[in-house]
Amino acid sequence: MVPTNYYLVLSAILFGLGTVAFVFKRNIITIFMSIELMLNAVNLAFVAFSQAFGKVHGQVFVLFVIVVAAAEAAVGLGIIILIQRNRQSLNVEKVNLLKL
Amino acid sequence: MSPVLLIFFVLAALAVLGAVSLVLQKHPIHSALSLIVVMVCLAGLYLLMGAEFIAAVQIIVYGGAIMVLFIFVIMLLNAGEEEHTDFSKLAKFAGLPLALALTASLAALVIKPGQSVQGATQALIPKATEQISSMLFKEFVYPFELTSFLILVAIMGALVLAQREKK
Repeated sequence: MVPTNYYLVLSAILFGLGTVAFVFKRNIITIFMSIELMLNAVNLAFVAFSQAFGKVHGQVFVLFVIVVAAAEAAVGLGIIILIQRNRQSLNVEKVNLLKL
Repeated sequence: MSPVLLIFFVLAALAVLGAVSLVLQKHPIHSALSLIVVMVCLAGLYLLMGAEFIAAVQIIVYGGAIMVLFIFVIMLLNAGEEEHTDFSKLAKFAGLPLALALTASLAALVIKPGQSVQGATQALIPKATEQISSMLFKEFVYPFELTSFLILVAIMGALVLAQREKK
């Protein structure tokens, strides 16, 4: 069997890469995708712990995370379409109404 | 090296490569395709861990539904290459080191052989799907019903957001 630590390190790496994409990307769709990447990394950790402890609670949680991610994608992409319609741009730098 | 470990390393390397490609690609559609690679690799890892149901859901919901929605929106909005703008000074100098520090500290936290994780059994869970279903409809039935409500709200929210304003 693969040691649980390996899965957790992979999960940490994927989460870190998702954070990097979230900070550095300027396209709002790509930023949204990096959030999905971070959710996936957390799911991997959940399933790894579920397997390590021999209980399925972690897998049930992953199901809930996936449902929330799907709902979030539907609403978020609606917001993205609205931003494009109002600003004619997908660049987050141009969406700065709340910026000082 | 056992074949299971070899499969793990191949899938893990592919997943990390896909994630790096997500960061480096300039065009959003290339980033989306890289993300699909990551998700399929993660589904393979779930299979390796004996979580067949989660692997199937990962492929169907993430790879099939969410990513198709993303690509649909990218094509609908005709999203072009990312415009290059100057980073804020803080992001330029502190962004990458801080992100690396976050990854390193997370990895350092989990790489230490914790007592509970090392002492765990690590055997495949027998009849995992059966256990998940009975748990979902007994122990977690209340949150499960709440998710259906959440999806209803999400549908209505997406409809309200995307409809055209009447003059």
